[in-house]
Amino acid sequence: MKHDPDSEPDAEPGAPSAGGPGAPRGGGRAALARWVARRLLLAVVVVLGAATVTFGALRLTPGDPVKVMVGISAAQNPEIVEQARHETGFDRPLAVQYADFLGDLARGDLGWSYQLQESVPTVIGDNLWPTVSLTLAGFALAFLIAVPLAVATAGRRPAWRALSSLLELVTVSIPGFWVGLLLLTFFSFRLHLFPATGGTGLSGLVLPAVTLALGLVGLFTQILRDGMARALDEPFALSARARGTGETAVRLRHALRHALIAISTISGWTVGALLTGAVVVETVFGRPGLGRVLATAIQNRDFPVVTGITIVSGALFTLITLGVDLLYRVVDPRLREAPA
Amino acid sequence: MRRAPSVLSALGTALAAAVLLLVAIAALWPGLLATDPPNAVDPAQALLGPGPGHWFGTDQLGRDIYSRVVHGARPSLLLGLGATLVAVGAGAVLAMIAVVGGRVADEIVMRLTDVLLAFPGALLALLVVAVLGPGTGNATLAIGAAFAPGFARLVRGEALVVRESDYVRAATVLGYRRAEVYLRHVLPNALPPLLVLATLSVGTAVLAGSALSFLGLGPQPPSPEWGAMLSAGRDLLGSTWAIAVFPGAALTATVVCVNVVGRDLRNRFEGRRPGAG
Repeated sequence: MKHDPDSEPDAEPGAPSAGGPGAPRGGGRAALARWVARRLLLAVVVVLGAATVTFGALRLTPGDPVKVMVGISAAQNPEIVEQARHETGFDRPLAVQYADFLGDLARGDLGWSYQLQESVPTVIGDNLWPTVSLTLAGFALAFLIAVPLAVATAGRRPAWRALSSLLELVTVSIPGFWVGLLLLTFFSFRLHLFPATGGTGLSGLVLPAVTLALGLVGLFTQILRDGMARALDEPFALSARARGTGETAVRLRHALRHALIAISTISGWTVGALLTGAVVVETVFGRPGLGRVLATAIQNRDFPVVTGITIVSGALFTLITLGVDLLYRVVDPRLREAPA
Repeated sequence: MRRAPSVLSALGTALAAAVLLLVAIAALWPGLLATDPPNAVDPAQALLGPGPGHWFGTDQLGRDIYSRVVHGARPSLLLGLGATLVAVGAGAVLAMIAVVGGRVADEIVMRLTDVLLAFPGALLALLVVAVLGPGTGNATLAIGAAFAPGFARLVRGEALVVRESDYVRAATVLGYRRAEVYLRHVLPNALPPLLVLATLSVGTAVLAGSALSFLGLGPQPPSPEWGAMLSAGRDLLGSTWAIAVFPGAALTATVVCVNVVGRDLRNRFEGRRPGAG
């Protein structure tokens, strides 16, 4: 799933989407510190906002949220409902509930899942690793496919670029879950090369990672190619060629490095695509993980789990995008000077 | 700047438009293209492969997959178009609040969209479905809500430009009321540039909608919505590949064509606007 129009792959490939507000104007450490402080503040606001929205969402739900939380069968028993109402604090004033909620959050207490009969942090902890390994593998694979494609096609004949654009068009238009189904049909049910469901080992990781990676390859290639084309026009590329450096070496040693920095401009989109891609991919392949737990929890209206996963992934998302932006600012001095 | 479209890309756009016309016919009058009603059950004909009687084969209940794919065009497109409409509408309202309401309102709306845009859109959509519950209408609202902040920023940007134009100043000087100036002059002139973006968003929204249905959060069975059909196909992969393939092909073809036409529109539009692109 790909989302808001701003991060739509088509919008502005070169424009920084995760640069955020508050770029330093002057150079130097103070400006960098100010930028980091503003970004940290925004990160805190985002996580707090996500927490508040999930808190409010639960109270806005049509019907009795306590009955929804304990599940349909338990809702028949008024004793259980009243006990749950007291345990969750739903019988207290809204302001007290909100303060309690934030206090619990600060202590890392994300509540109790009535559907899974486990505490939410345990649910998240149990399912974190499969999702992390899947997203890391998908990200790495997307890179491994996009880099050679971009190196081979940047600034080359229009026919190559046209072919590559066609590939990009298809990868942004094809639904990830259908790619997964096609891979399952062919590799698991026809050729029996990979497990069809629930594989947690290395062989079970291959098809899900490929599915996740294909969703990223289009935009990665486009941005890398544009970045390389720009770098190849720079004086340093010309001077490298004048020194007698071969075309491949110019592309790999000089142009590619610059293009890789361009990828940082879509770090926010990438992390979002990986997080939400995991929901779909884990469901298609019947893989354990946070995404599948989230999808099931939404279907079953298991609110503590939905709230917990939303807050944790929101926090992860802001931390990772902040980290990537910071890293690139440190690596590339020009980004420190330029307004983002 | 982009070069003039070549013959090949013009041909591609024409082809994409033709396919979209076919999809539109399927959505408006499915009876013209389908060979069977979408929910006609025939257990004696269950799980057939593609063949002369059933072009795309049949599912576990003996329903004709080709006819279901044709009938699936309407719910799938409605989800995408509806979500885009919700996004444009909500975005326009937010933007107008920001533009009309003065500096404080503007600051509040802009910081709100900052926070919403700093959060993955799909997660936002999932959260909305979690609150409202699964279903066609709620999935449409959810995707619309996830897209709205982006539209709000764009409408606001356009409205700020339009507000400074001579005809709006003239209307103000002539003594029209503020509300009238904004509703009759600023808003209508701020919207058209967004139609291009909206076209491109329809493709993304159709994809997002089908993904929600695939997760069981959109239209419920027996709706022939493409994502829902693929979800059913996932469970039948052991016995037939047809249900897992054809609805996805229809979905992908539709989104590819929407994107091709949308990009063509954008290129034409940017060509006509000096300084844009």
